[in-house]
Formats: sequence, structure tokens, C-alpha cells
Amino acid sequence: MRVLIPGIGGVLGQRVARRLLEQGHEVIGIDRRPWPDAPPGIELHNVDIRKRAAEDVFRKRRPQAVIHMATVTHLVEKTAERYKINLGGTRAVFEHCRDWGVEHAIFVGRHTYYGAAADSPLYHKEEDPPMAVTTFPELSDLVAADLYACTALWRLPNLCTTVLRMVYTLGPTGHGTLATFLRGRHVPMVLGFDPLFHFMHEEDVTTAICLALEKRVQGVYNVAGPQPVPLSVVVRGTGRAPIPLPEFAFRAALGRFGLPRLPPGALAHIMYPVVVDSEAFRAATGFVHQVDEVRAMEEYRNAFPVRG
Amino acid sequence: MSLLIDPEIAARVDRLELPFNAYGVDPYGASKQHLARLFTLLRFLYRHYFSVGVEGIEHVPARGRAMLVGNHSGGIAIDGAMVITSCFFELEPPRLAQGMAEKFMAQTPFMGLLATRSGQLTGLVETAEHLLHDERLLMIFPEGARGTAKLYPERNTLVHFGSGFMRLAMKTRTPIIPFGFVGGGEAIPTIANSYALGKLLGAPYVPITPWGVALPAPVRLELTYSAPMNFDGTGTEEDEVIEGYVEQVKQRIAGLIEVGRERRRKALAWSRDAEDEARIEGETGGTKEEQR
Repeated sequence: MRVLIPGIGGVLGQRVARRLLEQGHEVIGIDRRPWPDAPPGIELHNVDIRKRAAEDVFRKRRPQAVIHMATVTHLVEKTAERYKINLGGTRAVFEHCRDWGVEHAIFVGRHTYYGAAADSPLYHKEEDPPMAVTTFPELSDLVAADLYACTALWRLPNLCTTVLRMVYTLGPTGHGTLATFLRGRHVPMVLGFDPLFHFMHEEDVTTAICLALEKRVQGVYNVAGPQPVPLSVVVRGTGRAPIPLPEFAFRAALGRFGLPRLPPGALAHIMYPVVVDSEAFRAATGFVHQVDEVRAMEEYRNAFPVRG
Repeated sequence: MSLLIDPEIAARVDRLELPFNAYGVDPYGASKQHLARLFTLLRFLYRHYFSVGVEGIEHVPARGRAMLVGNHSGGIAIDGAMVITSCFFELEPPRLAQGMAEKFMAQTPFMGLLATRSGQLTGLVETAEHLLHDERLLMIFPEGARGTAKLYPERNTLVHFGSGFMRLAMKTRTPIIPFGFVGGGEAIPTIANSYALGKLLGAPYVPITPWGVALPAPVRLELTYSAPMNFDGTGTEEDEVIEGYVEQVKQRIAGLIEVGRERRRKALAWSRDAEDEARIEGETGGTKEEQR
């Protein structure tokens, strides 16, 4: 199959590309970021997904499937630019899919879509509403991109659309929101709160995305691996030391003393859990995770040992 | 292992048939270590501080989904705590009854954390359904926060029952095991509920007792389980149908409360007789004063 990956330059994009190449697919990538040591079999186009040149790739190469991974989080880009990339980019991808005869489009989204709040249920099902918009306005563009991708399910009946809501990634590449949060020697926590964190190893993330492509499943799916674990366990399991701070002190300390500069809404995500039910995805694709939570943490710890 | 954990109880926690991971945490965040610490404390309350009389525990199934449904008794959750304790100590193998807590608990530092670590989750239909789907034992007080607000003279009455539990039980084909709880109102005789204080603490209200705070008195408690009730249907029936079923459960619970009161009266009368005899024999027996 000829597969186009917008956002191939990211850590996950690269892994998915390599895996698909190994499986014998023809892989084409679009990204503004360079990928200098890309394997020779992969065709790279150094263009912005929202630009005319990206549409040319669709027109000339006519991919059968598209895996859209060109979204960014608040940790990477400032607000205005991020909105343009996440919303404009997603729109462009689905329009090109419609216009150039793509058969299958996969949108790779995030489980933080559901948002964290004291009254949000454990084990979100796919039909749960996105609470993230109220609890964490900085995530609203990702929620909107997710919902926009979902509209393709009825707007573009000829296109098989898959929307994946992946839990956090944790593994030796150190990629992802959770891995970034855990990077320092001390990890701040909110005193008196220790929510469950749902994460999976990057190998399993790659496998899940490739399975969604192979099985051509249509619809919206939560994707998770092993069971969630409390944040304190994640912190200790990755060799870090938790620093519990009262909520008010935490708010005041953000961005100072070497603590990450997080938007205020992010605090909800370290006070309350976002945990998803991935039974539907497992049933539809036969996905089984290979790496359990213990090994995922171990591999992260070995790749990013605490200095000193 | 901590000093606060009895090794015997830790061994019993190991026998809980829950999918704990390598860190001793189950998929809902309940932790073996916390459970062992909690049950060490609860056993003292259950066996020594209060004396809890339990009848009909054999009606609680050893495995599979079930819903314990009962009345609220007492201004703080000693009723729930004693039900959980009875399922842990009286059943073989032990079972963890999982309650549905008020939302304010999750927002309060430590409180929500301790609740979650002992398997007590925020009361949400979605979470309850998922627990039943995983064949867990659910504990439900259909009176909700209205039930804990009962004042001393109303302690053995029932207030309005919500119907959500019935729809959920029917939808998930879960047997309902009604229970009646007596004595919580004597342990915490609420003379008033302070809503102003509650607002200050982030709780719906704070019960006030003759001795001020809601510290429970060491009294006798009676817990009575009855045979399971099954209701066929889909849970999408008309309100009239559902409310009829809820009324059946409510009546059963009202009966169980009477059974418990009777047992409590006898037990106290017996202990008073024993005290009298002791006094006759010339010993000054402890004058254990109990309200009724």
C-alpha cells in the first residue's frame, strides 16, 4: 500500500514510517522538520501540510492511505501558530484525502481529549464528551482537531476514517507530554493528589497505529496498553523523586525553580486522572500490548538516568 | 512493612481476587498497602470500638457482580466503612466492596486520594457500570447525601431513594443485595447540620453532635443483609415501573432495619442484664450507657 504520513519528522512518525517500510509498504512523508537519517526507501517532502506543495504530493503520488500525525501540543508551539497547524493542517489533510481519492485516513489524537476533572469518570468510552475544553482551554485546538476529524465519518462517506485517541507515550525515546514532564530529577506533584496515569510504550503505540491501518477499522477508538498506575509510582519507577507541593504553592512555583512552565489548566491533569477504556479497539484490531508498565518505566529510566 | 499494618491482614489483602499489578495497584487505583493499613484500622473499629452484629453475610456472593444497596445511618460514612469491613472479614475469600463517594471528596486533598487507594471512587454512573462490567462488588446508598443528613429522631427512617441504581442493575443484570444498617444514628447523633461550615470545608454540610464534632461514640451497630433481589428488564422502562421496583427494595430495607433494631434491643438488654447480675454479685460493673 502507498501510505502518506504528514508529520513524519516526529519521533512517532519516524517509528511508524520505519515499521511500515519493514512491512513492505511504500512510505511517503510530509514534514517541515528535516529527517536527515531517514532510511533510503522513504520518500520525503519538506513542505508545510497547509501549503500548495503538500497538495501536489497527494495529486502526483496518489496515496491509498494517510496517517495524519502533524499535530502539536502546547509544549512545542505558542498558541496562535499551534491553532493554525492543528486546525488548518487537519482540514487540509481531509480535504486532500477527499479530492485525491485516498481510501483510508487515520487521525492520531490524544486521550487528553476527555480532560481531567474531579467528576470525570474512570475508563472513558469513546462517546464521552470532551471535558478538556473547560478544564484546560489550551487543549481546545486538539479537541477541535479531533472532532473535525470525526466529522469526516459522515461528511466523507467514501473515505474510511479512523480517529485514534492514544494514551501518553513512555519509553526510551523520551518522546511525549508525560516523558517531558518526567525529565527532571524532581517531579512536582500536587500535595494530597495522586491520579492514575495511563501510558504505553512507543513500540506498542507504533504497533497500534499500524494495526489500525492494516485492519482498516472505521470509527473512533481509544488506544491504551497496560493498566494505568498512580503518578507517584510513575515518578519513582522512572527513578525520579516526587516533590509534593500544596496546590497554591504549585501554582505560584510554575515556571520558577526549574519547574516546567505549564498553563494553569494543566494542573488538573496532575490532580485528576484521564483513563480510557480501549476494549473496542482491541476487539476491532486484535491489538495486544507487548510492553507492560514496569518495563516501559524501566526503559525510560535507563535512557534518561538522573544525573548527579 | 509499616507498623500500622497487621501482617495477618496484609495476607488477607493478598487473597482479594482483584487484578493488582506489580506495584500492588488495581486498575481503579486501589492499592494493597493502603487497603492493609485501612483494614488494620477498621478491624479495630469493627471488633473493639463498636461492636458490630452482622446477619445474612452469606447472601453476598463470593464472586461476580453484585450491588449492596442499603440505608444511610449516621452523619459520616461509618455505615459504608462497616459494610466494607464486614465483606472483607466475614467473606471467604474476602471481597472489596466499592462505594460511590460524593464528588467533593475527590476535590479535597488527601481525602480523594485515600478514598481512591481503598477502592472508593467518585459516584458516577459510568464508573459504576464499568465496575460491574469487571464483576466487582458495588456498594450503593440510594438516599445519597440526603441520607447522611438525617437528624437523631429520624435515624431509623428512610428518605427518598434515587432510581439510578435500579436502572443500572437491570441494564447490567446485577443482583441487588439489600442491607439495613442500625446504630449509626446513635454513634453520631446529629442535632443539626451546618451548611455554613460545610461550605467553608468544601463539603455539602458538617453534622453537629451534642459533643460538637462528628466523632462517633462506641455503640453497638447492627448490619443485616437479605437474600438477593433480581429485576428483569433493560433499565429503559418507564419511571412508574422503575419506581415500583425501587419501592420494593426500599420496603425490604425498611424491614431489615426493624430486624436490626430488634436484634440491637435484645443485645443491649442482654448486656444490661449481665451488668445487673454482676452488680448483684457485688462487683461494680462498668455502666455502659447506651441510647436504647
